[in-house]
Amino acid sequence: MDFAFSDEQELLRASAKDYLADRFPAARIVELADSDAGWDSNTWKELADLGWLDPELGALEHAVLAEESGYTLLPAPWWSTIGLCGALLDSELRDGVAAGERRVSLAWAETDGPSSISGAANDSATSAEHGTITGTKVQVPDLGLATDVIVVANDGLYAVDVAANPETVIMRSTIDRTRRLGELVLSGTPARKLDAGLDALATARRNALALLACESVGVAQRALDEAASYTKERQQFGRIIGTYQGVSHRVSNTFVALQLARSMAYWAAWAVSAGSDDAEAAVSGAKVSAGEGAVFACEQSIQAHGGIGFTWEHILHRYYKRAQWNNGFEGSGRQHRAAIADKILA
Amino acid sequence: MDFRDTADEAEFRGTLRRWLETTLGPDWVSRPTFGGGFNEAESKAWSKQLYDAGYVGLTWPKEYGGGGAPHTYQGIFLEESARIGAPAHVGGIGLGMAGPTIIAWGTDEQKKRYLAPLLSGEEVWCQGFSEPGSGSDMGAAKTRAVLDGDEWVVNGQKVWSSWAHIADWCILVVRTDPDAEKHRGLSYLLVDMHSPGVEVRPLKQITGDPEFNEIFFTDVRVPRESMLGQPGEGWNVAMTTLLHERGTLGFSLTAGLEQSLNQIIKLAKQPGPDGQIAADDPVVRDQIAQLWVDLQALRFTNYRSLTALQKTGVPGPEGSVAKLHWSETNQRLTSLAQQLNGLAHQLDAEGGVWDGYWAYQQLRSRGNTIEAGTSEILRNIIAERVVGLPKSR
Repeated sequence: MDFAFSDEQELLRASAKDYLADRFPAARIVELADSDAGWDSNTWKELADLGWLDPELGALEHAVLAEESGYTLLPAPWWSTIGLCGALLDSELRDGVAAGERRVSLAWAETDGPSSISGAANDSATSAEHGTITGTKVQVPDLGLATDVIVVANDGLYAVDVAANPETVIMRSTIDRTRRLGELVLSGTPARKLDAGLDALATARRNALALLACESVGVAQRALDEAASYTKERQQFGRIIGTYQGVSHRVSNTFVALQLARSMAYWAAWAVSAGSDDAEAAVSGAKVSAGEGAVFACEQSIQAHGGIGFTWEHILHRYYKRAQWNNGFEGSGRQHRAAIADKILA
Repeated sequence: MDFRDTADEAEFRGTLRRWLETTLGPDWVSRPTFGGGFNEAESKAWSKQLYDAGYVGLTWPKEYGGGGAPHTYQGIFLEESARIGAPAHVGGIGLGMAGPTIIAWGTDEQKKRYLAPLLSGEEVWCQGFSEPGSGSDMGAAKTRAVLDGDEWVVNGQKVWSSWAHIADWCILVVRTDPDAEKHRGLSYLLVDMHSPGVEVRPLKQITGDPEFNEIFFTDVRVPRESMLGQPGEGWNVAMTTLLHERGTLGFSLTAGLEQSLNQIIKLAKQPGPDGQIAADDPVVRDQIAQLWVDLQALRFTNYRSLTALQKTGVPGPEGSVAKLHWSETNQRLTSLAQQLNGLAHQLDAEGGVWDGYWAYQQLRSRGNTIEAGTSEILRNIIAERVVGLPKSR
């Protein structure tokens, strides 16, 4: 048994930290989040150069990068491309991604149709014929930043080049402005059927959940760090507020939630990387622990900050909204606990 | 990172599992869930069997009678013991607290004298840290030790001392210099519990059980050399003890919680007082699934801090997380049992659910957030020593 990341993985983390701290200080994140584009398009090439898009990376390397990108709130469709779609890419898309030229998202949800990735094809009203695809998909992550979208149709997976068909993209106003959702309206749009079949969606979902749990750990760590640094400095009634146990115990509770979430997220990342029999349960456990843990951490941090934590000006709400995004993706804790109960109470 | 056993670990696990199954016998697993109290002779005999088979002090250095194995082996031992519900070694305080402290601070003679009988269970240890006037605030300890010739003369009172009624030795924090600043006036003695002037009075808990004790010391004479560290170093020595208490404890806690989770699953699947199967209720399912998540999170948090222990030899203050999280999870678990059992929860012997097993477990769990560092103290430790907030006092 070995529960530590390898030296190489820790080096990867260190270089990711350096890059993110250098390029994306809080003020830059705010500026990008509030811009129309929502990101700096040079980022993708930089990520490619840094090796973040390298198809050779495994789930544990991805886990490290996801955690660090959550800590920074990196505005880029990295998780959508690698976490959500990595298992579905064909060689054309994979090469394009590796070269820093293509960015991919997944479109599975429909209004009055499927809402979960697993089984998304079953009630889908999206269908393909003669190299075209027709249907409307909602809540597509990072749709505005993707060049290609993998669309779940009723008979398989299709790649749509949205960069070449921009009229298919309708962006919706999203509270997390660093990972926006859009609608994909396909009407006889050219589409290419992928080699990966519908059964690959289960793998894609597991990978996406494991990485998103790691990202949530980064979000929670940032929320904790913000709370710690503020309560170490801020004075009221002549005392540093961190000396009041009503405040400090809130911070301790956040630390506990973070450690538990981190343990579960790493377990899930490992289970996915090793193809363990426990992978499904580990991923659900991580969804509960990290998904709810990050929301909790942000809420505790906002409270510890008092009024300033409730302002638009402060960075915290950006993390809070990402925490909620992650918590809402593919079923909240309640649904994952139900899945766990099915397993342990069988 | 690899959460699986290595080939050596798998072999150790397999051998241990077979040994436990053979030694405990086929009747063990099917035994009644709740039955009988603690039997000192049986517990000591079992401890000796464990010791002879080489399963005690697995991670201790070989020179002190240990197995010299990496800490993962202790984790495996506790997992397998929990799986079959094996009884614990009689010397929990000795193995988890006194022993590691003696290894860290003891002289060669002290190590030679105390460690082997501690491992074999022949000598049982207890802990004398808390006092009636200083529970969490150990620095305020008043029990005095005054040097008289070659002996320390000890007077005072300790409380919340598990196993003191069967203990042969006590790790005792005493005040040797009343004029020094409060932490600096403390020293750490190894006291023979059979000495004249030592009196143990059982303290009845809310469960009705006398698990903890008060210890009274009246002119107890302790040889001068029975001290760990120097006079005035007691606080630092005690910190070593507490780090180990909270650090290595995590694995025992996980193992115990896993057994409890298995029990509550069993309970939820049988018809309750209303004839309904609780496990069919989505609210109960949600709560049990959360307990499962809490258990796994505890397990892997332990494994992660084990990596730190492996690297530094000392468990980090992150161990406080495990104790804090375990205690509150166990309280939620036993409260759920109380809800499932309704008024029948009141019956604590014949006619009760599992002869009162859950009534006992639920009441006992209220001590979990108090013993071995209250949740409030642990939150202070996390805030101050881990997160780095300024001290609250």
